[in-house]
Amino acid sequence: MSEKKIIKTPLSDETMRGLRAGEMVYISGTVYTARDAAHKRLVEMIEKGEPMPFDFAGQVVYYAGPCPNKPGFVIGSVGPTTSGRMDAYTPALIDRGLKAMIGKGLRDETVIKGIVDKGGVYFAAIGGAAALMSQCVKEVEIIAFEDLGTEAIRKLTVEELPVVVAIDSLGNNVYQHN
Amino acid sequence: MREISFDQIREAISQMCIEANCLISEDIRCALKKAEQAEENPLGREVLGTLLANAVVAEEKMIPICQDTGMTVVFMEIGQEVHVTGGSIAEAVNAGVAKGYEEGYLRKSVVADPIRRENTKNNTPAVIHYNIVPGDKLSITVSPKGFGSENMSALKMLKPSQGLEGMKKFIVDTVIAGGPNPCPPIIVGVGVGGTMEKAAVMAKQSLLRPIGEKNTDPFWGSIEDDLLAEINKLNIGPAGFGGKTTAMAVHITPYATHIAGLPVAVNIGCHVTRHVHRDL
Repeated sequence: MSEKKIIKTPLSDETMRGLRAGEMVYISGTVYTARDAAHKRLVEMIEKGEPMPFDFAGQVVYYAGPCPNKPGFVIGSVGPTTSGRMDAYTPALIDRGLKAMIGKGLRDETVIKGIVDKGGVYFAAIGGAAALMSQCVKEVEIIAFEDLGTEAIRKLTVEELPVVVAIDSLGNNVYQHN
Repeated sequence: MREISFDQIREAISQMCIEANCLISEDIRCALKKAEQAEENPLGREVLGTLLANAVVAEEKMIPICQDTGMTVVFMEIGQEVHVTGGSIAEAVNAGVAKGYEEGYLRKSVVADPIRRENTKNNTPAVIHYNIVPGDKLSITVSPKGFGSENMSALKMLKPSQGLEGMKKFIVDTVIAGGPNPCPPIIVGVGVGGTMEKAAVMAKQSLLRPIGEKNTDPFWGSIEDDLLAEINKLNIGPAGFGGKTTAMAVHITPYATHIAGLPVAVNIGCHVTRHVHRDL
């Protein structure tokens, strides 16, 4: 393997446009977890004209709901969930400035178009490698929707979280290899 | 009559929930290792290596292999000479699930109502399948099922005229439709025949069979082999990044059916497809 490519958040437009589908990169910095229930609430807040719990510019949303942490652990196991379930909500978030997402699996045409139009990126983390990924998380803070338990929005400080560029800003797609 | 207490069942279930979620089963570990050696796509090989490394970390720290610690599916084979004391079997199972998910720091992923969706906060209720069998043992299988793969499962009532080819096509089409979503390399559990619900339960039970154990009926064993070969030509690969390791096994369970029907259920299991078995 060649040398590790580490990218730091917040991600600049230049960084995102430089990524190519199929390459493995390691994310260091801040990522925000949000999955089904949190997406539903975010979109309801957008419809009501309410402010978002964090500014999306340059930030990365990670589709994940962690396990509870054991004593002495920063976080429980935390791997990606299937992204397709967020497709119904993602365009509204992209309109509000979100450009980078981490999940696993296929996205629909509207989301792919949004990524291409805005010069964003969709990363795939390895589904099921959740114990390993929990070791990359150095700090955790719940910043919104605490009542949702595992589905709350958590601000994670990560070091070298391994992901694969799944859809790049040109619309290249790692899942279209056949 | 042999007596088994509520507490014995609760404790067993509790421990089995933790064990199933934190320790990868040996058949799957072997299959992943074998696949890692055989896989030709470098990215696919890297994924398989990562999954093996993940299993080591999970075991060392006794933390879940995957954050989706599933909805808890429990198969209870109850010997007809067994008498359960101190409470109902279902309550003992659910008390065990609640205890295991709390004490094992497992994720609580169950909502009380499918539309109103409020989390029950202790991962109950479990889905429990009962079977009455001869003998004086209580045989328990705990299989926490993640929904990345559960959501990619399907059931279809085929016409008898569609036959073997129709069945195979439906199975392969279900795997294609799932693509990268169910966390390949997958295990494909199939139930064929019976009625609608019988096919679905058999598909789930097929996931419990250890990898490497073929259907004992050579007719079905060879269909399993053919389907595995066909699925591994789809180039979905580990994590869906391409490669020849899309499935680790295809397990089919057939059953008698009606003259008018050919039910086929396909239950997809992810690469950690968890199952722990214990006899009380």
